[in-house]
Amino acid sequence: MSAARDSQARRALSALRHDPPAVAGAVVLLALVVVGTAGRWLAPAGVNDVDVDQMLHPPSWAHPFGTDELGRDVLSRVLVAARVSLEVGVVSVGIALLVGAGIGLVAGYYRGWVDNVLMRGMDVLFAFPVLLLAVAIVAVLGPGLLTAMIAIGVVYTPIFARVTRAGVLSVREQVFVRAAVSIGASDLRIIRRHVLPNIAAPLIVQTSLSLAFAILSEAALSFLGLGIQPPAPAWGRMLFDGRGFVTEAWWLGFFPGAAIFLTVLAFNLVGDALRDVLDPRQLTLGEASRSTT
Amino acid sequence: MSRFVLRRLLQSAVVLLGVTLVVFLLLQLVPGDPVRVALGTRFDPQTYEALRTRAGLDRPLVAQYFSYVGRAVTGDLGVSFRSGQPVTRIVLERLPATLSLALTAVLIAVLVAFPLGVLAAVRSGSALDHAARVFSQFGVSVPDFWMGIMGILLFAGVLGWLPPSGYVPLTEDPAGWLAHVLLPAATVGLVTASILTRFIRSSVLEVLSADYVRTAEAKGLRTRVVVLRHVLRNALIPVITVVAVQLASLLGGVIVVEVLFAWPGIGRLTYDAVQARDYPVLQGAVLLVAALFLLMNLLVDILYARLDPRITAR
Repeated sequence: MSAARDSQARRALSALRHDPPAVAGAVVLLALVVVGTAGRWLAPAGVNDVDVDQMLHPPSWAHPFGTDELGRDVLSRVLVAARVSLEVGVVSVGIALLVGAGIGLVAGYYRGWVDNVLMRGMDVLFAFPVLLLAVAIVAVLGPGLLTAMIAIGVVYTPIFARVTRAGVLSVREQVFVRAAVSIGASDLRIIRRHVLPNIAAPLIVQTSLSLAFAILSEAALSFLGLGIQPPAPAWGRMLFDGRGFVTEAWWLGFFPGAAIFLTVLAFNLVGDALRDVLDPRQLTLGEASRSTT
Repeated sequence: MSRFVLRRLLQSAVVLLGVTLVVFLLLQLVPGDPVRVALGTRFDPQTYEALRTRAGLDRPLVAQYFSYVGRAVTGDLGVSFRSGQPVTRIVLERLPATLSLALTAVLIAVLVAFPLGVLAAVRSGSALDHAARVFSQFGVSVPDFWMGIMGILLFAGVLGWLPPSGYVPLTEDPAGWLAHVLLPAATVGLVTASILTRFIRSSVLEVLSADYVRTAEAKGLRTRVVVLRHVLRNALIPVITVVAVQLASLLGGVIVVEVLFAWPGIGRLTYDAVQARDYPVLQGAVLLVAALFLLMNLLVDILYARLDPRITAR
């Protein structure tokens, strides 16, 4: 089993290496991780260094992305904000993966009334457009980084629950699972040793695609002032603050938006390539459920 | 068929009940007293007590929930903490603006995605197919509000062709409405189009490889006839679902785009309610949207079952 998994991983890596868009996506993601980790040191100026003599200056050698309405360096703010997007993306998808996969595992493995109750709960969460539910949750819990992570985690949980449950339902009918049951293996052991490894592929694919949508959702929440609070920089918030000056200072709207676009595109390219290799039959649930913001 | 419809109706009713529970619990999650939080500096004991009693917050939690559901069934979603107006009226007043934006956006999406998706599949591997795939990838990755900002910059700022924001009701001034709706609808519509293009392309590709298509080609039918008569009919059935799901989520209020373009729809109302901490309005908007979303999905399933009888047999 382990040798088969190793070979699947090797096959995935080899296929990804021969997929130019996926390689480009991976390079962008790598750069993003570097920027997210070291953005504060890479930034040419302090993110909150106000300079009234430099207000709304267009891109120049001194300020390659220009300056904002308070004279702050846009490049520095874009670099430092990468960390926020990555953090929110990873933590919220982590929450959705842990909770959703847990629910899907229990529902699919035990079936019956447990399955019914859990999956109807997921249906209820699915009945809300993604961003609307996230906005409602943040609105009642109060805006901030942590609540944005929780809200996005909650709204993406049902996708993971459905993907996991579908995988478990098919795996638990396999001969090797029935054999494990017949020799008296415990449920926990069967799930850990036989079910989880066999549903890992669709979960990996869903995780990479969900990261893209989580980053888009975070940007939308920040745009609405419900993400990380000023003066800390976030790409969505920078777009919101810059929208009033869009006709006289295009760079305020362009660069933070381009950063969101490149990040999401990179995750999508890698996610699509992973899906083609690991789980070609999987429906693009993320795409189907991407509700326009 | 009728058993299928009945089963879906029952399922939707159960989910709707769950939705009311989630919406009800939202208010309970507010740290502290929601009425006090909403009133803020406008607090005075009389208004405070009146709003608490009107919202039923002085009663036990279970009684509050059943009262909330009971009133919601009759169309009473409470009153706004800010204006004292009935929430149902406030929400329904915003529906036409959202409806006109959503329908225009879906129309743009279908007009773009349908020919692009079909041609990309029929000419699979061609330059057009590659362009369609790049367009799809672009659309699912681009934040629509960024595209909106760039649209404002180009069409309102540089070219001066369209107004940057605002709303004119269709019934008052159709030309003015069209000028105002084009930018926000194109912003939302192009993102939706990219999702649709991908689905239409893969759906048509799947049908193109079916045996009956090969048979039709073997009979010597022209490609155009095969595509129009055999492929599209079958390929578009699953696409209807995706179009309807997209429309349902757009009806749910395109919050960010409505805020960006100052479009007074449900999304903008939700945003304003969040800013004003007007929780009953927030609850009402979320409940209405979720109910609409459920209803649309139910209608789609029934339509889908009529178009493809195999669905009811499952």
